[in-house]
This record gives sequence, C-alpha cells and structure tokens, in this order.
Amino acid sequence: MDTQAILQVENLQKHFPIKGGLFSPQGSKTVKAVDGVSFSLGRGQTLGLVGESGCGKSTTGRMIARLMDPTGGRIMIDGVDISKLGGRDLYNFRRKVQMIFQDPFASLNPRQTVGTAIAAPMVVQKITPTGGLKNRVKELLEQVGLKPEHYNRFPHEFSGGQRQRVGIARAISLNPSVIVCDEPVSALDVSVQAQVVNLLQEIQRDTGVSYIFIAHDLSVVRHISHEVAVMYLGKIVEKGSRDELFREPRHPYTKALLSAVPQPDPKAARQQQKIRLRGDLPSPANPPSGCVFRTRCPLFGTLDAEQRELCINHIPAPASAAAPACHHSGLAAAALAGVQ
Amino acid sequence: MTQLQPGAASAATPSSATSRTRKATRTREATARPGESGAFLDVRNLSVKFPTDDGLVSAVNGMDFSLERGQTLGIVGESGSGKSVTSQALMGLLKGTSAQVTGQAMFQGKDLVTLPESGMRQLRGRNIGMIFQDPLSALHPFYTVGHQIAEAYLVHNNASKKQARAAAVDMLGRVGIPSPEQRFDEYPHHFSGGMRQRAMIAMALICEPELLIADEPTTALDVTVQAQILDLMAELQQETNSALILITHDLGVVAEVCDSVLVMYGGQCVESGPVDEIFYDTRHPYTLGLLKSMPTLNGSSGKLNPIPGQPPSLLDLPKGCIFSARCEYAALAGDGVCAGTRPELVVEDGHGKRCHLSGPQILTIRNTR
Repeated sequence: MDTQAILQVENLQKHFPIKGGLFSPQGSKTVKAVDGVSFSLGRGQTLGLVGESGCGKSTTGRMIARLMDPTGGRIMIDGVDISKLGGRDLYNFRRKVQMIFQDPFASLNPRQTVGTAIAAPMVVQKITPTGGLKNRVKELLEQVGLKPEHYNRFPHEFSGGQRQRVGIARAISLNPSVIVCDEPVSALDVSVQAQVVNLLQEIQRDTGVSYIFIAHDLSVVRHISHEVAVMYLGKIVEKGSRDELFREPRHPYTKALLSAVPQPDPKAARQQQKIRLRGDLPSPANPPSGCVFRTRCPLFGTLDAEQRELCINHIPAPASAAAPACHHSGLAAAALAGVQ
Repeated sequence: MTQLQPGAASAATPSSATSRTRKATRTREATARPGESGAFLDVRNLSVKFPTDDGLVSAVNGMDFSLERGQTLGIVGESGSGKSVTSQALMGLLKGTSAQVTGQAMFQGKDLVTLPESGMRQLRGRNIGMIFQDPLSALHPFYTVGHQIAEAYLVHNNASKKQARAAAVDMLGRVGIPSPEQRFDEYPHHFSGGMRQRAMIAMALICEPELLIADEPTTALDVTVQAQILDLMAELQQETNSALILITHDLGVVAEVCDSVLVMYGGQCVESGPVDEIFYDTRHPYTLGLLKSMPTLNGSSGKLNPIPGQPPSLLDLPKGCIFSARCEYAALAGDGVCAGTRPELVVEDGHGKRCHLSGPQILTIRNTR
C-alpha cells in the first residue's frame, strides 16, 4: 500500500438498475456505469481521468465526492473507507473532499451573492475562521484572482472564467485534501481556460491539495496531470504516469484517442497517419462480451481467429501501471507504432 | 476511409489506420483575399448591430472576406467574437429580427444582405446549406430523421415522396449511417450524438449546395467522433466541390481541415490568410496569444501563457484597437497609438492583419515567445 496516497480507490462500481416496464421483471438488468475501477492518488498530485462521454469518468468523480453512493468497492481517504459513511461521519467527511463543476452558469445560485456562495461551505460546517467569515471570503476572492469588492455581486455580473474562479474559491474554502474537478475548463474559451488551469496549479503548489481532474480534452489533461487514467465503458483501460502514457500509449484505445486530438499544426496534420475509430461508444446497458473495446478496436481486424477468440470471450485483466487492459498490448504497440 | 462508406460500418474492415494524404493533394493556391472581385462568395463591410435596452451591441464590425468553390475557410474566435452572428447574417437568419445588418454579401449575383426572405428561401438548402452545433436541438423530435432529410429534397426538387425517400436513404448511406433504409424511419432520440450530426450533414447536403456553412459542427462531439465527422465533411466537400465555411473556436480543427483562416476578435477580423501562414507566420498579437495559451500534446508542460483580462464589451467597444486593452505589446507601437486609433486591416500577399505594430516588431515578439 502506497503510504503517500491520500486517496485509494479499489474495485469501485456503480451499477444502475434499469427499471423495467409494468410487465417486465424488476431489476433484471443493470447499466454498469463504473465497473471495477481502481487507482490511487498521491498527496499534492493530480490524476487525470479521461475518456469519451458515457465512459463513467464523471460518475467516478461523483462517487469520490460522495454525491453518489457506490454499489461496490472501496474509497479510502487517509486510510479510512468513506464509501459507506452516513450521518455525522459523512458530514465531517465533506470537509476533506470538495468539487468543482463544469458549468459555471449552472453551479452558482443566481439569487445568491458570490460572497454568500463562497461562505456557504463554512456556514454549513459551522466553521468560524479567525478574523471572521467575511474577511476569509475576501481572502479567498483574492486568492483566486478576483477582487474583495466582488463580495456583494451576483453571478450574472461575472464572465464564465470569473464564475469558475468563484467555484474554485468555494471549493478551497474548507482546505480540502482532495478536489474533484469535473470538466472545470471545458466551458471556457482558450485564453481564459489557460488562466484557470494556471490558477489550479498555483493553488496546488501553495496548499498541497490533490486533484482528480476529469476532462475529455487530452491536451489540458497532459498539461495538468501527474498520473493519467483512460476510461472506456466503465473500466480503466490504461493508466500510468503522464509522460509515459502520452509518449508511449500501450492500449489501442489510448492510441486512437491521442491520434484523434486535432493539433494546431497544419503541416503535421497533413502528414500524420491517423487511427480512426469506427462507430460510436456501445451502449453501457449492453456492453460487448470479453474486451469492451473490441467492437471499435483498430487492432481487432488484424488478429487471427485464435487471438480474436481471446478478445471475444475473455475479459482482459484490469489495467495496472505495468500493463494496459488489453490481451494483445504487445501487438498493439508494434502494429500501431508508426501511427501517431 | 472505408468506415465512411455506406454499409461498411457493419462489416469488419481490416484496418482503420488511414492516411491523410488527400489533404496534401488538395489545391490550396487560392485564398480568402479581400478585394478580389467576382469571387464565389464575396463579403464586404458586413456589420451586424443589435439594439438592446442597454444600447447598441456591435456584434460584427466590418467583415471582409471572399471564398472560392472547393475551398475551406475557417472562422476562429472566442465566444462573443461574432463568428456565429456572421454566419447567421449570411444565411439571412437575422431577417425579421431587430438586428441591423449592413454591408454586402454577394453570392451568385445576389446580395444576401438585401435579398428578401422569399429569395432567401430559394437559396437556403438548395444553394447554401447549414450545419448547426447542437444536432439535438436542430432536429425536430416529433418527425423521423428521414422525414426531415427528405423534406429538404421535396421543397427544392420537383420530386415525388418516393423519390425523396430514395434520395434521403442514399444520403444517409453516404454520410456513413449503417442500415440507412431502417434508420430513415427512426426518430432523433434513437440516434447517438455523432449519428445525429451525420444526419444533420445529410440534411444540409441532400440538395448538394455550393456553399456549406458549418457552425461549430463538432463542438458537442467526442474527439474520436469529431475526427470521423471532419473526415466526412472534407470528403463530401471534395466530391461536390462546394465551398465550406467552418466556424470554430478550436485552432486544432482549423489546422486539420482549413485552407484559409480568418481570426475574429470583438466582431472584427484581426488576421486572415492561408492556414500555414496563420500558424507559422503569425502576424497579430491576439492570434499569437491564442496559440500560446493552448496546451498541446507535444509541447512543453510549463506554465501556460493566458491572454490577460477579458474580451471587451460589445456595448462599448474601445475607440482604438479593440484588442489594445489586453495586448501586452501595445506600448511598442508608441504612446497611445493603439488605444487612440483603430487600425485598418492591411493585406499583403493575401495575409491580412489589423495591428499598428510593424512587421519587424511582430517578428521580434514572435521570436521572444
């Protein structure tokens, strides 16, 4: 067990029952939104969680913040399993994990001043900071690059980037150990996005907070993360240190994902060989047997019958730092080596 | 590109690693060059203002550009830069609203700005197609996808319902929707995001318009699906030799598909030119700022360099250069020049910039970044 880890997630699951109609048997089927996810997060580190929409990355984040209850597995924070906390214990746990949401327009109450919004977590937790609540809020406003006189303003008076700063101030107000950032910069313009990414990194440097950074934008994830986990249909298919994963992706899905990111370099774009995935993400209610990625895998078509049988009937071992969740990762590396 | 052919998606294709050599062979000598006459689409001094309770919002302020058939023009800018309003003005979607549209947009001998709604209806769908960002809100939930595609065909062609259906099924196949015959009778909610966008493209292209305007066509999609859609659009454009205006905030997308680029800020074009020049010979501090603030997959992972401040309010645009308040290099042009007078768009060899700084000054900035 990693002693440095602030957060350890083991075999985390979230299965949603599909409610049948009047005449169909109840609870006969489930959507496995998150299915056996394991990772750990070090103190002061950032874990990037990437994948396409519907892969379960947000559900994972929400379970860590206990906005959703897991249906299986453990979430250890500081060595304590928080996945089944309730009542008083859950209330106390809220100080440790906070969340930053994607949409800065929807995550702030339009009828509440930003001062009230930022103070809310401290009020709920009955914390009276030295110097008073109002002063603490003003400090927080300055810390996130806003002005103390913004205290009495309403969310509509701010731009998207500024609202996201308010959301960040609210999240750091309780000095949490972990902040789950769910697509925090996706709704922002590029120039403003860079401001917010820099702010998050500054805060991490100053306070030593750990981030779970959920995003679909791989360029941003590469920029901010220390470790990266790639999710597909509720499972982690590959994880590893940022540099390794981006330099030498080993799972065909990671390769395809990286290959699909448009880069601001027209000459390279014209020359590059691209891996194109066919079709869309399969329905998580009815995932493919064996390896969940096999229906879209660029490697699958090149395999012989025996190798395919492995993909169709056997679920690959969960991804670890040493190997991705792929039966043929060695082949994948070789076959797709020349392809960017 | 096997996966984009009709029916191919259901069959196992041996490899989906494809080359993009097609891009390299495309003609790219002609560029959006303001001042040329007789262009396929020629926009002059296009402005759009919206009266509001707080005053007049200047959303677009004097846009000039032209476009030839077979060309792709990328319009990039951040939210509020006027890129979508420009496209709406071209499509005549602002007619009948309080918007004040001035200027000229010549297309096939007609001025899209002054053309009455009845004339516009003849062009829309038939000669100019449009693809919107959010396919879920752009498709009618009560009608089948096929019905909506066939409708466009029925309106513009003297065809029977049967013929329209055949054309729509064929089009669904061409945009890579598997079993199009069956999919014709399904509703938008049966389709995934990528499929809906394919259906939107089918709808826009069924009459083979000469001009296609795509407003953030891939913004709502995942990267892997975005790549499929961009390939599809480029492929269909090549087949029909249409002109494409691609509106996006993503410089990566521009680099992948566009021949020429127009960078917008505060309702103005601040830089325009061939795609390679915009990326490798950047001449405007705003474009430089955008490129610098983007994290990339292979760049350094040091601190990002955001553009300080916020975009200007369109209610009250500065007297001088619209970008001057956020420009780090405004001082270089001399005392108060940038804040005092608004620069003109100066075009040299097809590359336009709206900036007071001289070429050598820009070069120094670029080299020190």
